[in-house]
Amino acid sequence: MEAFIQLLVQILRPLALTIRDVLPIAAVVVGFQLFVIRKPIPNLRKVAIGFVYVVVGLSLFMVGLDWALFPLGRTMAEQLTDPAFLAVGATTEEPLPWTSYYWVYCFAFLIGFSTTIAEPSLLAVALKAHDVSGGSIGIWGLRVAVALGVAVGIALGSYRIVAGHPIHYYIIAGYVVVIVQTRFAPKMIVPLAYDSGGVTTSTVTVPLVAALGLGLSEAVPGRDPLIDGFGLIAFASLFPIMSVLGYAQLAASRKPQTSGRSQ
Amino acid sequence: MKDLLSELGRQIQSSARDLAPILLVVLFFQLVVLRQPLPDLAQKGAGLVMVLLGLTFFIKGLEQGLFPLGESLADAFARKGSLFWLLAFAFALGFGTTIAEPALVAVAAEAATVAARANAIAQTPEAMAGYALGLRLTVGLAVGVAVVIGVLRILKGWRIDVILIISYSLVVVMTLFAPREIIGIAYDSGGVTTSTITVPLVTALGVGLASSLKGRNPMLDGFGLIAFASVTPIIFVMAFGMLN
Repeated sequence: MEAFIQLLVQILRPLALTIRDVLPIAAVVVGFQLFVIRKPIPNLRKVAIGFVYVVVGLSLFMVGLDWALFPLGRTMAEQLTDPAFLAVGATTEEPLPWTSYYWVYCFAFLIGFSTTIAEPSLLAVALKAHDVSGGSIGIWGLRVAVALGVAVGIALGSYRIVAGHPIHYYIIAGYVVVIVQTRFAPKMIVPLAYDSGGVTTSTVTVPLVAALGLGLSEAVPGRDPLIDGFGLIAFASLFPIMSVLGYAQLAASRKPQTSGRSQ
Repeated sequence: MKDLLSELGRQIQSSARDLAPILLVVLFFQLVVLRQPLPDLAQKGAGLVMVLLGLTFFIKGLEQGLFPLGESLADAFARKGSLFWLLAFAFALGFGTTIAEPALVAVAAEAATVAARANAIAQTPEAMAGYALGLRLTVGLAVGVAVVIGVLRILKGWRIDVILIISYSLVVVMTLFAPREIIGIAYDSGGVTTSTITVPLVTALGVGLASSLKGRNPMLDGFGLIAFASVTPIIFVMAFGMLN
């Protein structure tokens, strides 16, 4: 019985918080509809039920986040950086070189690649890119380009946490590369490339990756979670821009005559 | 009733597809590489089921309530709203969707926990909740401003790359002055903001606007709003860190 009450509290608390989170956007759409557009809400019943679904779903998601996704990311980071797992026979006194953590980079790469390649919104973006490029950008080519971008981004981000380098060197260097690429890439692809960075990091991936970064910064000796633990998501958003621009350039240079015309 | 069930089933399938790659990779590492037992397996399993169900209801609810309403509003304002109301709506849309974004809630809570453990803020639930809320309001404000700038850009036909280069330069300059512990969180908040709720509604506004104006290409002008919404949070959160 007590366990049941505890469960109830654990579900009701996020429910109240969720209502507070959803209230602003509900107020925005309802307010503008009634007071600025001055029309009644079409399918009011359906819309109201929809909001109930949103609140219930978001609350469940938040509980699941605390129970599964955060601990999963942390546990993986802990187990993959455990000195006993990493270096058989090495003394745990001295810090391990960054190369010992290769399974961490593998894990980061695979999580990035697999979640991105399965992302439905990416498929939609790829179809559009295929259309505007007149067919020179392949649907699979773009999906692989974005997934590789995210994978390399998260893997490199994990390396940065292990090595303890300041994040802004990487991000600023990334910006410079993106700006130079923007100059040379086909004009049509630029907004799509910039958007693909934001689109690919889904609601499930973000908490897991965030927990992985924080777990890593706690487990690797000499790292401070507050300074080193964040940044994986930033890497995952920046690198796809580069890979998509690069892929578009490659595709355009391979078919200079046909680009811009439909096939 | 049968329709509802089959639709929920379809939705669960698509949520499961989101979750499946993560499960596969984690299982592979647990079984082949680490070969260690996963602690609290039952709770993690129950949590994953909740994530699956939660995401299912959440997206079903969005598709049924918020998206049609938001999209028709975005379209109405893009076509015939006065400039004032268009910009007011753009700001409110960016702000409101960001506050409700689940990924941002998650990362803000993590950031507050880490900040409290490092004694950057008081280690009480109130201080942590306040910090997390402050962070989210800052990011919401940033996305609201981003959507307003994006809408103005579409109306005036400003070049997207010029604005982005200016904002990136601002990020670089601010990084030099911001406290070290906010930089990582700031950079991350750029990627976090643009996911489940924000992207469809903001894109609907951009595409609606670009296709209602003469001489605008929905492809070139309609997208790119998300790109702004990924840069301004970095700037705003660094400012938040400097002021705190």
